[in-house]
Amino acid sequence: MRSEATVGVSPWTRTAAWGVVAFLHVPLALIVLYAFSAEDKSYQFPPPALTTQWFAVAWQRDDVWAAIRLSLEVAAWSTAIALVLGTLAAAALARSSFFGRDAISLLLVLPLALPGIVSGIALRSAYNTLAIPFSFWTIVIGHATFCVVVVFNNAVARLRRLNPNLVEASMDLGADAFQTLRWVVLPQLGSALLAGALLAFALSFDEVIVTTFTAGQQTTLPIWMLQELIRPRQRPVTNVVAVVIIALTFLPIVLAYTLTRADEPGAR
Amino acid sequence: MSTALALPAPPPTVRRRVSDLLYTRRGVLLVALLAPPLLWFGVIYLGSLFALLANAFFGLDDFSGVVVREFTLKNFVELAEPANVDIVVRSVAMASAVTLACVVLGWPLAYTMARHARGAQKALLYVAVMLPLWSSYLVRLYAWKLLLAKEGAISWAAQQAHLTWALDALLAIPRLGGPSLSFSTLGTFVVFVYLWLPFMVLPMQAAIERIPASTIEASADLGAAPGQTLWRVILPLALPGIAAGSIFTFSLTLGDYIVPQVIGDSTLYIGQVVYKQQGVAGNIPFAAAFSLVPIVVVGIYLWIARRLGAFDAL
Amino acid sequence: MTAAVTLERVSCVYGSGAAAVRAVDDVSLEIGAGEFFTLLGPSGSGKTTCLRMIGGFVLPTAGRIRIGGDDVTRRPPYARPVNTVFQDYALFPHMDVRDNVAYALRVRGVARAERERRADELLALVQLAGAGARRPAQLSGGQRQRVALARALIGQPQLLLLDEPLGALDLKLREQMQSELKALQRRLGITFLFITHDQHEALSMSDRIGVFADGRLEQVGTPAAVYESPATRFVAHFVGAANVLDGDAARALTGHDCAMLRPERVALGPAAGARAGGVVAEVQYFGAYTRVRVDAAGTALQLDVPATAGEPLPARGDTVHLHWDARAVHALATGGARRSEPDVPAPARSAEGVA
Repeated sequence: MRSEATVGVSPWTRTAAWGVVAFLHVPLALIVLYAFSAEDKSYQFPPPALTTQWFAVAWQRDDVWAAIRLSLEVAAWSTAIALVLGTLAAAALARSSFFGRDAISLLLVLPLALPGIVSGIALRSAYNTLAIPFSFWTIVIGHATFCVVVVFNNAVARLRRLNPNLVEASMDLGADAFQTLRWVVLPQLGSALLAGALLAFALSFDEVIVTTFTAGQQTTLPIWMLQELIRPRQRPVTNVVAVVIIALTFLPIVLAYTLTRADEPGAR
Repeated sequence: MSTALALPAPPPTVRRRVSDLLYTRRGVLLVALLAPPLLWFGVIYLGSLFALLANAFFGLDDFSGVVVREFTLKNFVELAEPANVDIVVRSVAMASAVTLACVVLGWPLAYTMARHARGAQKALLYVAVMLPLWSSYLVRLYAWKLLLAKEGAISWAAQQAHLTWALDALLAIPRLGGPSLSFSTLGTFVVFVYLWLPFMVLPMQAAIERIPASTIEASADLGAAPGQTLWRVILPLALPGIAAGSIFTFSLTLGDYIVPQVIGDSTLYIGQVVYKQQGVAGNIPFAAAFSLVPIVVVGIYLWIARRLGAFDAL
Repeated sequence: MTAAVTLERVSCVYGSGAAAVRAVDDVSLEIGAGEFFTLLGPSGSGKTTCLRMIGGFVLPTAGRIRIGGDDVTRRPPYARPVNTVFQDYALFPHMDVRDNVAYALRVRGVARAERERRADELLALVQLAGAGARRPAQLSGGQRQRVALARALIGQPQLLLLDEPLGALDLKLREQMQSELKALQRRLGITFLFITHDQHEALSMSDRIGVFADGRLEQVGTPAAVYESPATRFVAHFVGAANVLDGDAARALTGHDCAMLRPERVALGPAAGARAGGVVAEVQYFGAYTRVRVDAAGTALQLDVPATAGEPLPARGDTVHLHWDARAVHALATGGARRSEPDVPAPARSAEGVA
């Protein structure tokens, strides 16, 4: 129960609050503006003229498409692996208490909890020590590892809310473990797994730090973006790609968010 | 319906047998479920962390550029050199400054969200804080590159407000400034604050919300001025939230190498050293040793934060 | 006729050593085919654990369980000819009512048309015809209960387990469901194993009752036997109100070392011929009767005065005289020792007499 504050919040504080909100959003709005800027040699503000020509130019750029393709493939595979591993782990940990349970939870969250360079250099060291050359799979392995916990959290939260009597009722009526899984457990888990998958996908698609350590010469979209940041080639194209990235990572997260909110008790 | 007639029992297929086994022996089920994820994490993640630790004690043959797998403390000796210590100090200083700035900037927003906003306005503020979180890290960084550029929006705004002299003065400060905002320590600082601000606002807001209004009223009732109430009552009670948020801002800044590279001047931070060493230089052992530094620093920070109650506020 | 369910020295023990919790302690029981048997006891007495062991949701740590003569002790629930109506009904929220009811048939591979027809049949049986397309969330508590019942019956189990199914219903609905359940059981002839902590429910619905306390079976018998001849003090207190007398008071009033006297068997009367006399300590009005507590012979005695008694009720502080028939006194074993009554054989299905 949130308490009513009779000691009010001063207008200065409130103004400052909205100022901070503006601070958070102006840069993003600016990017969208710049995508339409006609100026191509610098980041001149205000833009001299507005045009949509750069969208067409960006469309033609093969390197951009190659980067997008690679990012999508990596994200798809990482999400798939994370879904399997995360769901298995969640099924094991959701309702049981056994020795080492907390340690396993910690282990799963570690890739996200440790700074990116640590996870990145650790994987790099391992590849180097084992003489594994960089490839599509070296990237996927890194991504899948930190995506697991995202799926795991969603699955565990949903499994904990699942009425255990449902599984018992299903078995009581004659369904064995696999039939129960198929007809009772998975339908209930469905939306949570979808939300987890969407979050994992967005996470993988956007990831740059661990990727730079595990990609070698390959270019995912974030790596492409990073290269442009350091050595800008065609600035307007970069602006356009930035807007595209906002859309591509923003949408899955919003979807996942609405899915998990709809699942909460009382929301139906 | 008669009692004697029941449906015939289903035939004992393989699937049924496996199901029986999993049901009656819960241990088997647990092992079957945990084996794949544990194998993956044990072998891949823990394995590579172990490889990292091992590499920190290996050396690099200067001539051939090959990693020599013999125990040596050479990397740690090199770490203690003044140039490297400088880098560590600089990184920690930046992380601390960013954390402080996030607290100061985030406080009005967190406080307003917790104590003033209601219903639709509160939901709007929540979304407003989370939206940048959900946008791509690189895109947000790129946005600031545009903003901070010499010809960008901030310079333009300074021109319009006749404050260009102030901007130049800032840039002239020896360690903080640089050729332009987008290549300066100041710029790096601002971008870090922008990137991690939502991570600070959310835990702070949650902690402030948990303070019962009656406590604040009691303080005023007993004669404290608003400033005293803030300092003596609200801040101490919100401290776990601040500590929780600071874990993110501190650790994320300490390990970041991309922002200093894109926005900074050529002074180095921990992350950049690690990246450079393992990349072009191929000196993985040294990079590994250097990366132990942020692990240790973050470890100490987590210990302090825990004592301040941060883990209960997460 | 083989017993429908047999429990042979079944135990369920959690933990070990000094901290072991004996949820069910060495229970042996035989339930006849077609019987309406109730497990009665307070929370934590072991009745629910017993039911769950019969259903297969908990595996016993000792003993054997037989259903219809087959040893099912270690079989999973789906391999037993038993179905359960759960306390919270456990309807599948993502399926509509008809699919819920038809589930047991779907699992066995029965074709869709056939199983939907059977499901509708059963819905009609529980008076929910036409509700097939609704979702569980749209139903009231009483309706959900009927769906749970239909779902459990469609598989034609040998035994139906009911885990406090009426607990969530309000009083009027409960009483209605009690008579409906009883009628359904009589019509179907399936063995019902019913759990409740409400002794009124147990007395009114059951063919036989098993009273549980602390994991042990205190007494098994017909409702009349359990009520009029309780085996232990616990049963005497738990099933109905009782005056349990000990020591000197017992010997003085009844001639036994330990005895029970039901309040409704005690009456007020003149001093002549009274068995005991004392001062009224408390008078409680319950509508159909008034409970009067009297301090007599060094102990407190309760008596229930029916509303038809005619004479004015005594007030606190009055001196009164108590009468009772010698046959109303029931001797109890002293020291709380458990007297195990020989298992009363199940009455034949056709004879609905009282043992």
